[in-house]
Amino acid sequence: MGQELKVALVGNPNSGKSTLFNILTGLNQKIGNFPGVTVEKKEGFYKLPDNRIARIIDLPGTYSFYPKSRDERIVMDALADENNSVHPDLIVFVADASNLKRNLLLFSQVADLQIPIIIALNMMDLAINGGISISVDELALKLGVQVIPISARKLEGIEQLKLAISYSSSIPLQLPSIDVVALAPHLIKKIQSDLNIEHPYIALQLAHQHEQLSFLSREENKLIEDIKSEFSFHSQKLQAVETIGRYNAINDVLFDTVKLNSDPGRETMSNRIDNVLTHRIFGFVIFFAILFIIFQSIFAWSEYPMSLIERLFIWVTYQGHQILPLGVFADLLIDGVLAGLSGVLIFIPQIAILFAFISILEDTGYMSRVTFMMDKIMRKVGLSGKSIVPMIGGFACAVPSIMSTRNIENWKDRMITIMVTPLIACSARLPVYTLLISMVVPDEKVWGFINMQGIALMALYVLSILSAIIVAWAMKLIIKSRERGYFIMELPVYRMPRWNNVLLTMYKSVKTFVFEAGKIIIAVSIILWVLSSYGPSQKFESIEEKYKLESYTQKYSSNEIERLEASEKLENSYAGLLGKSIEPVIKPLGFDWKIGIALITSFAAREVFVGTMATIYSVEADESNLASVRDKMLMAKNPDTGMPVFTVAVAFSLMIFYAFAMQCISTVAIVYRETKSWVWPAIQFAYMTSLAYIASFIVYQLLK
Amino acid sequence: MKLSQLEPGQSGIIKEFTDLEMSIKLMEMGCLPGESIVVERIAPLGDPIAITVSGYQLSLRKREASTIIMQ
Repeated sequence: MGQELKVALVGNPNSGKSTLFNILTGLNQKIGNFPGVTVEKKEGFYKLPDNRIARIIDLPGTYSFYPKSRDERIVMDALADENNSVHPDLIVFVADASNLKRNLLLFSQVADLQIPIIIALNMMDLAINGGISISVDELALKLGVQVIPISARKLEGIEQLKLAISYSSSIPLQLPSIDVVALAPHLIKKIQSDLNIEHPYIALQLAHQHEQLSFLSREENKLIEDIKSEFSFHSQKLQAVETIGRYNAINDVLFDTVKLNSDPGRETMSNRIDNVLTHRIFGFVIFFAILFIIFQSIFAWSEYPMSLIERLFIWVTYQGHQILPLGVFADLLIDGVLAGLSGVLIFIPQIAILFAFISILEDTGYMSRVTFMMDKIMRKVGLSGKSIVPMIGGFACAVPSIMSTRNIENWKDRMITIMVTPLIACSARLPVYTLLISMVVPDEKVWGFINMQGIALMALYVLSILSAIIVAWAMKLIIKSRERGYFIMELPVYRMPRWNNVLLTMYKSVKTFVFEAGKIIIAVSIILWVLSSYGPSQKFESIEEKYKLESYTQKYSSNEIERLEASEKLENSYAGLLGKSIEPVIKPLGFDWKIGIALITSFAAREVFVGTMATIYSVEADESNLASVRDKMLMAKNPDTGMPVFTVAVAFSLMIFYAFAMQCISTVAIVYRETKSWVWPAIQFAYMTSLAYIASFIVYQLLK
Repeated sequence: MKLSQLEPGQSGIIKEFTDLEMSIKLMEMGCLPGESIVVERIAPLGDPIAITVSGYQLSLRKREASTIIMQ
């Protein structure tokens, strides 16, 4: 284990920072959270030629040091505090060569922190195509730092960058851009001496942002507050002066180093694409067509791999029952663990496909056009155009989406987005929907190509969007706020998606699902197996006694006795008792106590419903009958009436319940973390559960 | 003349801002006094607008564009 070199990637959004991060670290990545906050921390490593480990931290993209969102605050926290665990030894500043002036604003701020820094001048190919020529050596000379021209997407210049990182200086060499002290001479000197701060720019930043920085003590905050009022510090005016000063310095640097050879012409490729994709009619038609294709593909493409996984597990279960000796251990392994595992793995194809699409939409730059087109509608219902991204992300999972609402600067917009995102049909609902739809909706085609099941699924997705919009509109009227919302957003040029990146996103999302959600699913499967295999011992013994009586052994065959006994045992198990106790409440929705059990266990996560059903019905099923969960559920009969349990009315009532109910512990937890209060998750839980109950009640009563 | 009053295809040069807080954000994004702006398009529903400034495209709401005074 060699020494470690901590390298932070800093740059504007869309500068190609994440691409570079993926290239440098490959699969050696670890996604976590920054200490104390819930901003995603992307960290990875690679080995330097001299055996040191380069630990790469991808800091959130930002346009300046004056943060407008919590993501951006992390940058200041990491760079200004030498005791921060991610405080870097070296900054690699990723700059977009085709937009150098704006990128150098952040560079000049970062450089003033006096941390060793090198510039990775990215998108050189774009700059050259755009008729921009940059004399790299001149630029390096004027800034006093190494400048490495690269093109991350084309993998050009990466080796040179790695070399530059290996042999980087350990002392800062950058030349000063502006006279920082002159901005507020007395204030800066006082903060420097009173708080023992070495660099004037850090002192100035403390005055601007001390309230938001996590590393200051209460006394230090008070001290800065006093100094600020002593020198009547006006933060916004000073920011404006500083920004203009920095741009003047940057213009001086760029004057000799950057030449615009030719006018690229107004009608660029990107503009021509935008003429179609953001067209007032075609724009929306194309957007909905894309959504349609995504959901049809999830169904069509995942069918084959899913049935393969399904058959594999049926085979393994069969073999398991053949090979393993009968007993508690075999039952636990096969009916508990294996049933849970198959419930996790079966959904990998769908999740991978969905994330592939989301990653392509983001990578090509289309996602920001969706934001651009939808902003006005979204604002009407109390959301911002920026809410569309978390909400579309909500189709995959509400948890990362709620985390991604951090780049919505406006508090009210953000709260409403958080409150309605769990209504969007997430991928954890997909297993529930797929299972129930395949049970009651015929697998037939209309007009030869539209799959009925696909239509039913799409209807549920449309319902989720509509309900989110209506709830958002209602919340807009309820929640009061004075804060103002920005919508100043870069529209990146259209690019081809990077297929490597798409694959990496698929891999990471599947990995997260299998290891994060999977843990819960398998754990719940095992708990369920225990709950459904054991009950109050007295009751269990008396059942065993009962079936040994002659009145039974003479009347029924041994097979029938076995089934009756198992069924009665399940009914009297802990799980059965739990399900029964809530049966009176859920009966008006068409649910029996078995569904009741599934409702309880799937509070952990919605997809647990399927695992629960698998366990309940495999416990109940005849030993030799190893049909899939669906067939077992279809065979289930109401013991009182002898009619099938899963009628169309029950299946749709269940789907509607899952559409609205807050059946997800992880979402509750993340909302608590994001809002820092139990009030919001409590309100969310209450309104979603009531909505689910009322809607299911109406659906069941209408269809039954 | 405010930026929000320009039609798609029209251009102009930034003179000043009417809102200090907004001006900082706009300047960070490259909208500086003296820069020229081209209005590229208006969103299908009439708001926001897309502009080209210092070689790249930016979208902003009309209300935000109305804080930019053009020469």
